[in-house]
Amino acid sequence: MIVVKRFLLTLMLAAAPLAPVHAVQPDEVLADPGLEARARAISRDLRCPVCQGESIDDSNAPISRDLRLVVRERIMAGDTDAQVIDFVVSRYGEFVLFNPKAEGANLILWLAGPSVFLLGAAGAFVYIRRRGQPIAPDVALSADEQARLRDLIGK
Amino acid sequence: MIVEFGHFALVLALAVAVVQMTVPMWGAYRRNVALMAVAEPAAMIQFVLIAASFAALTYAFVTSDFSLVLVVQNSHTLKPMLYKISGVWGNHEGSLLLWALILALFGACAAWFGGNLPPTLKARVIAVQGSIGVAFLMFMLFTSNPFLRLAVPPLDGMDLNPLLQDPGLAFHPPFLYLGYVGLSMAFSFAVAALIEGRVDAAWGRWVRPWTLAAWIFLTIGIALGSWWAYYELGWGGFWFWDPVENASFMPWLLSIALLHSAIVVEKRESLKAWTILLAIMAFGFSLIGTFIVRSGVITSVHSFANDPERGVYILMILAVFMGGALTLFAFRAGSMEAKGLFAMVSRESALVANNLLLSVAAFVVFIGTIWPLLAELFFGRTLSVGEPFFNAAFSPFAVALAVILPIGAMMPWKRGEILRGMRPLIPAMLLAFAVGSLVWAMQTGRTALGPVGVALGIWVVLGAIVDLWSRTGRGAIAGRVARLGRLPRADWGKATAHAGMGITVFAVCAMLAWKTEDIRIVREGGSYALGPYEVTLTSVDEVQGPNYQSTMATMVVRRDGVEVTVLTPEKRFYPVQGMPTTEAAIDYGFLRDIYLVIGDPQDGGGYAVRSYIEPFANWLWGGCLIMAFGGLLSLTDRRYRVAAGASRRSAAVPAE
Repeated sequence: MIVVKRFLLTLMLAAAPLAPVHAVQPDEVLADPGLEARARAISRDLRCPVCQGESIDDSNAPISRDLRLVVRERIMAGDTDAQVIDFVVSRYGEFVLFNPKAEGANLILWLAGPSVFLLGAAGAFVYIRRRGQPIAPDVALSADEQARLRDLIGK
Repeated sequence: MIVEFGHFALVLALAVAVVQMTVPMWGAYRRNVALMAVAEPAAMIQFVLIAASFAALTYAFVTSDFSLVLVVQNSHTLKPMLYKISGVWGNHEGSLLLWALILALFGACAAWFGGNLPPTLKARVIAVQGSIGVAFLMFMLFTSNPFLRLAVPPLDGMDLNPLLQDPGLAFHPPFLYLGYVGLSMAFSFAVAALIEGRVDAAWGRWVRPWTLAAWIFLTIGIALGSWWAYYELGWGGFWFWDPVENASFMPWLLSIALLHSAIVVEKRESLKAWTILLAIMAFGFSLIGTFIVRSGVITSVHSFANDPERGVYILMILAVFMGGALTLFAFRAGSMEAKGLFAMVSRESALVANNLLLSVAAFVVFIGTIWPLLAELFFGRTLSVGEPFFNAAFSPFAVALAVILPIGAMMPWKRGEILRGMRPLIPAMLLAFAVGSLVWAMQTGRTALGPVGVALGIWVVLGAIVDLWSRTGRGAIAGRVARLGRLPRADWGKATAHAGMGITVFAVCAMLAWKTEDIRIVREGGSYALGPYEVTLTSVDEVQGPNYQSTMATMVVRRDGVEVTVLTPEKRFYPVQGMPTTEAAIDYGFLRDIYLVIGDPQDGGGYAVRSYIEPFANWLWGGCLIMAFGGLLSLTDRRYRVAAGASRRSAAVPAE
């Protein structure tokens, strides 16, 4: 999907390998709606390894279908969501995670927004505090301006 | 012949742009009126030449001139006329030509409408605009020439990507480019003011309409793209946090920040340096977007050298313009003394908070977009950043923005009191909270996103109405209603745009929280329940289109036995490109869309069918349109024109 979206704007790939989405097929769906909902939620956060920008939930690639089935197998086997995700990551690497883990260098990514916000808020606070007090006395009017002022008042 | 003429016009436009870049700049430095006067005709001639070049390329597409490489690669004789024309910009080279055309158009507009600018500022603005033109025309002529010929033309072309053969997409790029490139005007004004060494209230007033226009176009462009993704891609998603979408979203966020901070410059002569910086960065993000889209570096981390020559060239443009402007900024920012004083609780502070939230939000989108690249370069980690990150990292700032919006919008300038300022808003706040809680209680066990969206939407929309109403002063209701009609258009524009934002926030939350989905196998003649509806697949037929074959399903939607609509979702196959597409069938409704997609035939008979009920889908794009309309109302405010006349008189007096 996303590769398609990119295509339309980059307009550079001569033949996108995928077409419109078929994604989850009816035969994959689990009978238990609760478990199926979990499977869907997990597969929305896993990236298709071969098609750049899509989650396995949206992707039409055969490997994504395999991964969707793996996710459902693990769920049926009683794994927790985290275990299922770890299982897939152990095979395909962290590239498949759309939600990068907040550890190691990724902390920079996760903390960048909040820290810039705090820095900015502190800066803004100091700036506004300063704007609150008159910094310098007003510069005296020049002779021209005095004349113009008298002129205006005179009217 | 016409193609050669277009090619020649493009080369000539480059020569004119070089003149436009240098002569007026020198003239402004020497205070030479004759040299400065070169700016206007140069800007207009550059526009006319690029327009001629664009017309020539369009002619080649319309007449299917397959001696042009570009036409062969992106067109076909059987393609409908609309897509022959939109094919002009449906590719890298042609879209660059459109980009250059719009750039020149804005330069020419500065020449046409810039009568009230001080002569030196005007000459410098047009010269800076010319320098951007030089960079992009050279980029086009040296790396992406649309007018390259083939020695042996083929009999027919390779057709345009079928996904692009769509009316929504035909107009998406032009709007987006009008927005991207419109921000170049803010940039040119900022750089010209830095060279001039003067930023005052008048500057704020001049730069605001250009930014507003760019923002309106960006809003419409992004909404069109999102709408296209919604109906064309076949599963009802409307935003994917894809690098290319983010590339348009970052300048949009920054242009909103710029719009608001320019108000502070105009009314209170504060935040000058910050506003200049925003104007530079907003266009900088447009250039970064261009880089992301055209180099292929970020989306596909693994094919780093997708098109190294183009990527490097755009990176050079980015480095020269951002580096130059920021250096200039570093030297001159200190001299931009702020005048207006204001207290901690004031409209100024509220707008500072608005700018802080919007800039940080844009920064979060930026770091999320380039993180895969940075992580691979510096840490050797191949990873992805997708929707979950953006939802978690971006949403808090968006929510905070919506929460403070109504309060900030009604805060008086200079000094206010939180409690007094909020008094008229208390009913809106209570109502938003009450309805939000009610929705929360009614939908036990589902995500909190829905109720939060409802509460925020009500809060922002009612806040906008209260704001407008409070402008009518005191007294009898009848008198206030009468005064409502006489309020300046800028007030109406502000309230409308804010309300549009509230509606959009609500719709985004509603669509994410309350979507109904159904995936199943249906045989011809079979029926199934979808929410309160009953859907019947009556037949599946093979249909021949102009340049495609279609498998078209006919599906009847009933509610309580009464027919609601008949929908015909299709699967199309475009033989020239060998590509299938899905055409979802949508019944657009006020409160919900019914969205049906037909999939592949199944081994055991029947078809895979996907059905969705998308709540409040139209509100999303409606909200965007309302926002854009609000911008338009502000743009037509009389005060801009009155101010134009007033400053023309004062500009007649020699500066300083």
